[in-house]
Amino acid sequence: MIDGGLNAHHLQYLMFGALWTIGLSLISFVGGGIAGGVIALCRVSPIKAVRWATIAWIQLIQGTPLLVVLFLFYFGLSIIGFELPAIVAASIAMIVYVSAYLGEIWRGCIESVPRTQWEAAECLALSRAQRMRLVVLPQAVRIATPPTVGFMVQIVKNTSLASIVGFIELVRAGQLINNSIFQPFVVYLLIAVIYFAICYPLSVWSHKLEQRQQFGSRAAPPTANAT
Amino acid sequence: MKQDTMKPVVNPVANPTVNPVVELKDVHKSFGSNPVLKGVSFAIPKGQVVAIIGKSGSGKSTALRCIDRLEIINSGTIQVCGHAVHSPGVNLRQLRQDVGIVFQSYNLFPHLTVEQNVTLAPKAVKSVTAAEAREIAARTLQQVGLADKAQAYPEQLSGGQQQRVAIARSLAMEPQVMLFDEVTSALDPQLTGEVLRVIEALAEGGMTMVLVTHEMDFAARVADTIIYMHEGRVWETGSGTMLKNPQTPELRDFLSHGL
Repeated sequence: MIDGGLNAHHLQYLMFGALWTIGLSLISFVGGGIAGGVIALCRVSPIKAVRWATIAWIQLIQGTPLLVVLFLFYFGLSIIGFELPAIVAASIAMIVYVSAYLGEIWRGCIESVPRTQWEAAECLALSRAQRMRLVVLPQAVRIATPPTVGFMVQIVKNTSLASIVGFIELVRAGQLINNSIFQPFVVYLLIAVIYFAICYPLSVWSHKLEQRQQFGSRAAPPTANAT
Repeated sequence: MKQDTMKPVVNPVANPTVNPVVELKDVHKSFGSNPVLKGVSFAIPKGQVVAIIGKSGSGKSTALRCIDRLEIINSGTIQVCGHAVHSPGVNLRQLRQDVGIVFQSYNLFPHLTVEQNVTLAPKAVKSVTAAEAREIAARTLQQVGLADKAQAYPEQLSGGQQQRVAIARSLAMEPQVMLFDEVTSALDPQLTGEVLRVIEALAEGGMTMVLVTHEMDFAARVADTIIYMHEGRVWETGSGTMLKNPQTPELRDFLSHGL
């Protein structure tokens, strides 16, 4: 392998990296989604202290580069004795990051459900929890779908930062290949294409969801006889 | 209010009833520095229909909302079905099981079918079974003439139909009192008629009701008592004939200039 161009093994390795990019994205989305849901609910809590603590958390994370959060979990924790594998540190950092953003996006969605809906539910003697669960959240979820899918694009792209702590996802796989064949343009162009192939369908999906919402049709129409 | 130069001619004496379902005594309410209710008192005996009329900004909707504690009053007392509504310790969920309210903008739950809208509260609050809930929906939707729309979504209905569903949704909780806050103001005359007919049928059925309305003919026909509010006060009260023979220049003016 003297002239060492890009070969099938390299492509296979890139695909392996791409799978981990998708894997880490899914971990981030599911973990961050659960944490973000809790954060969104805390953010609209009737208890002031809970609201303020949540705002502080969101501000802290949104005001910190994801890279620094990642370093904190990977290098920082190892100093105080918790040596985390790269995948674990990257997952935690991503979940923390995603939770702060999704929490804030979803808070906006919850608050954009008209106040009169709360009031109508309140006047029917529903408890606060029932109003949230039965009336507000189902409507908020519909509002939240397009921006959430849109944010998944950010998640996918930001997993590339995990390459810096040595986690082998798409970018790290590309770096390793480039170290051996020294064709950065070809390698990174290929990586860009793969990212695009993952992200573009998400963008299109998000856009479609948004359009569908603007026309006011429901996600799954059970009756088609609209008057 | 007695020292006021613009004193109402007809004094709002609370109806001499033993146990009114709704009773307001000297209720004051301000929004910021803007006083909206300046000592409102009235009482509504069981089975009576009271219509509150008046210009925009006269405080009529606010008075109605205070009855269901959607607005918290600054002073005075409100008793509704034995609940001390003015008290911070009032059991809101009990109060709201006894009081039904219908809004100008219907406020149906758009993600639920008509039947689900109607049965949501009975299921969640009273824990009725699915079969009982279906019965309640069938009965109340029958009452408002929409039995065939149970599976429709609110957006598939006309404004008048949506408002009738909102009435059915309130009735499903079997309230002691129904409050109607300008429920026909967003509807054109034809749709107004179908909603008013439902309210009229409820009145005939003996439901205690408070209506804030702009429909003068309807108020005169259906209400046992009409309350004319002006500048945050009960200015004149009387029966339906009051509108033909107003005692105060303000009411005369209000009636002659329309709304």
